[in-house]
Amino acid sequence: MAYLPNAIFAVVLVSGVLLFLRNIKKLKRNISLGKDVSIDGSKKERWQNVILIALGQSKMVRRPVSGIMHIIVYIGFIVINIEVLEIVLDGLFGTHRLFSHFGSLYGVLIGTFEVLAALVLFAVIVFWWRRNIQRIARFFNPEMKGWPKHDANFILYFEMVLMTLFLVMNATDMSFQNMASGNVISQFIAPWFSNLPDSSIHFIERAAWWLHIVGILVFLNYLYFSKHLHILLAFPNVYYGSVSPKGQLDNMQTVTDEVKLMLDPSADHYATPANDAVPEKFGASDVQDLNWLQLLNAYSCTECGRCTSECPANQTGKLLSPRKVMMDTRDRLQEVGDNIDANNGTFQPDGKQLLGDYITTEELWACTSCNACVEACPISINPLSIIMDMRRYLVMEQSAAPMELNNMMSNIENNGAPWPYNQMDRLNWSENK
Amino acid sequence: MSEIIFVPTMADYQAQGKQPEVLFWVGCAGSFDDRAKKITKAFVKLLHRAKVDFAVLGAEESCSGDPAKRSGNEFLFQMQAMTNIETMNAYGVKKIVTACPHCFNTIKNEYPSLGGSYEVMHHTQFLKSLLDEGRLTVESGEFKGKRITFHDPCYLGRANNIYEAPRQLLEKLEVELVEMKRSRKNGLCCGAGGAQMFKESEIGNKEINIERTEEALSTKSNVIAAGCPFCNTMMTDGVKVKEKEADVQVMDIAEMIAQASDL
Repeated sequence: MAYLPNAIFAVVLVSGVLLFLRNIKKLKRNISLGKDVSIDGSKKERWQNVILIALGQSKMVRRPVSGIMHIIVYIGFIVINIEVLEIVLDGLFGTHRLFSHFGSLYGVLIGTFEVLAALVLFAVIVFWWRRNIQRIARFFNPEMKGWPKHDANFILYFEMVLMTLFLVMNATDMSFQNMASGNVISQFIAPWFSNLPDSSIHFIERAAWWLHIVGILVFLNYLYFSKHLHILLAFPNVYYGSVSPKGQLDNMQTVTDEVKLMLDPSADHYATPANDAVPEKFGASDVQDLNWLQLLNAYSCTECGRCTSECPANQTGKLLSPRKVMMDTRDRLQEVGDNIDANNGTFQPDGKQLLGDYITTEELWACTSCNACVEACPISINPLSIIMDMRRYLVMEQSAAPMELNNMMSNIENNGAPWPYNQMDRLNWSENK
Repeated sequence: MSEIIFVPTMADYQAQGKQPEVLFWVGCAGSFDDRAKKITKAFVKLLHRAKVDFAVLGAEESCSGDPAKRSGNEFLFQMQAMTNIETMNAYGVKKIVTACPHCFNTIKNEYPSLGGSYEVMHHTQFLKSLLDEGRLTVESGEFKGKRITFHDPCYLGRANNIYEAPRQLLEKLEVELVEMKRSRKNGLCCGAGGAQMFKESEIGNKEINIERTEEALSTKSNVIAAGCPFCNTMMTDGVKVKEKEADVQVMDIAEMIAQASDL
């Protein structure tokens, strides 16, 4: 019986971690539904981006209030996790505060954790305030109704509860309080419990300890269903993010091959393609047509809405919202993934697709390709590339461009300019006619 | 006015067995749009003033393909790109300057993998280099001390990280440069990019060019300086809608420099 708590703990821990790994596996499978894409730039440039943008949060602080608050939560998250290691070891071996053997260093560590926990609690309350009382506009676009709104608040409540439990756990740990080292914050909470009998205080301490670690495991498994995945995916997302000039769109190789053939006088234009040749689909109408980096982008998005708040189309009341493009892509990908899981590993057509059922043509045609959304994203997500791939599908597979754009393109085809002027007149400006 | 500006073509140069220092890529707007043609002429005057050995492709130039690519028509884009590349490679073009950030971005970034690698400069960068080399002098002239705001073209700024060259030229004109709230990396689009220039906008509560023009007007500037023919059109239209054309001019930086020097 003496080992019962250890055993229960081990079971809880192992199942929590296994469930999480199962989710990660699904996530990887879903992302790999995307097409392959070549990654530009050198490893050095990519690591520089990881250090500056991801680890260094350089783009977060462009908006100072949310940026600084975010850095507090981010540092708190990373540093306080050292404490989780101790909790895990204590739980498995039935020890109590295993690391306290480190002596004064332990006091410094726990003191740091406590200060960070208090700061995180403060920052999270500020975040909650901004969303629910101050009601900052970018949290209230149409795509933020329902689950996305609740998800954001759940995450904040989770963090509030976890930080409170950590501080209460320390405050009600009588031996820790007696050490009087590292209890920089909890010493002020301890008196609230001092009227209780020792056994109750001890019970509260145990309860807080258990709830804290179980809460962390629940949170870990909540990630897969939440926008909060960014705490893991932001890093690979920034690493693989483009390092080329933002204005550069990819040139489609399949098109290059065709155009070269068309322009090659020695090519056999009547050659029949090999029988098994499947014609390449141009552009994207569903998530499987996008590349894995675009799908990773979608899972990494934390719906902060900086992109949408910078988007000129969105600012002038158009339907387009780059954040919605990312959320739609993720939701559709999740739907496709669940479909595959429900059908023994193969996708059964469900009569739906990203284009039309999630993202409308009206949204796609409102984009000015100005790159404001790409510039605004703190973790190198590129909504523009998805918009462009979907336009490619509309134009090259469906000939469904707006009429004026069709006119513009006919002009380019016929006379080499978007307007109906004769190509031979291109130099007339010099003659002042 | 019946002035005729001397504009040599690449064919002229080839006939004489010579190579110009730089190819001036005029672009469709610069060739056909009445407003943009003035920018083209102003820039050519500056090229002559600086004794730059330049040529244009003339009737051999064709749309860079930018609006087709941004509309999603990759076929048409690559047809245009490969045709242009073939023409330019045949002339042995090494260096290109253009007053259109869309042509600039496309030729600089999207032509290389299709076989067209050139040194490509925006005209503000090129003018800045002429200044630095002492080949061109900028007189402050009539713009000295005037309040000027600069609208960053998306395809020059965010797309290619060029923010300083146009501003350095404005400094040479000794203007009082007033930045809009949304400038440089945070600059607001004029509304023309991504082939929007050629279509009506989707339903919203405002036109993007009006939003941007209002911001520019709020700086109380005498001139809204631009570096892109499409931005120029959008801002000019915006100023007209706001009925401010008597007080505020929209001018390309090349036009400002040419006008300041009485060219």
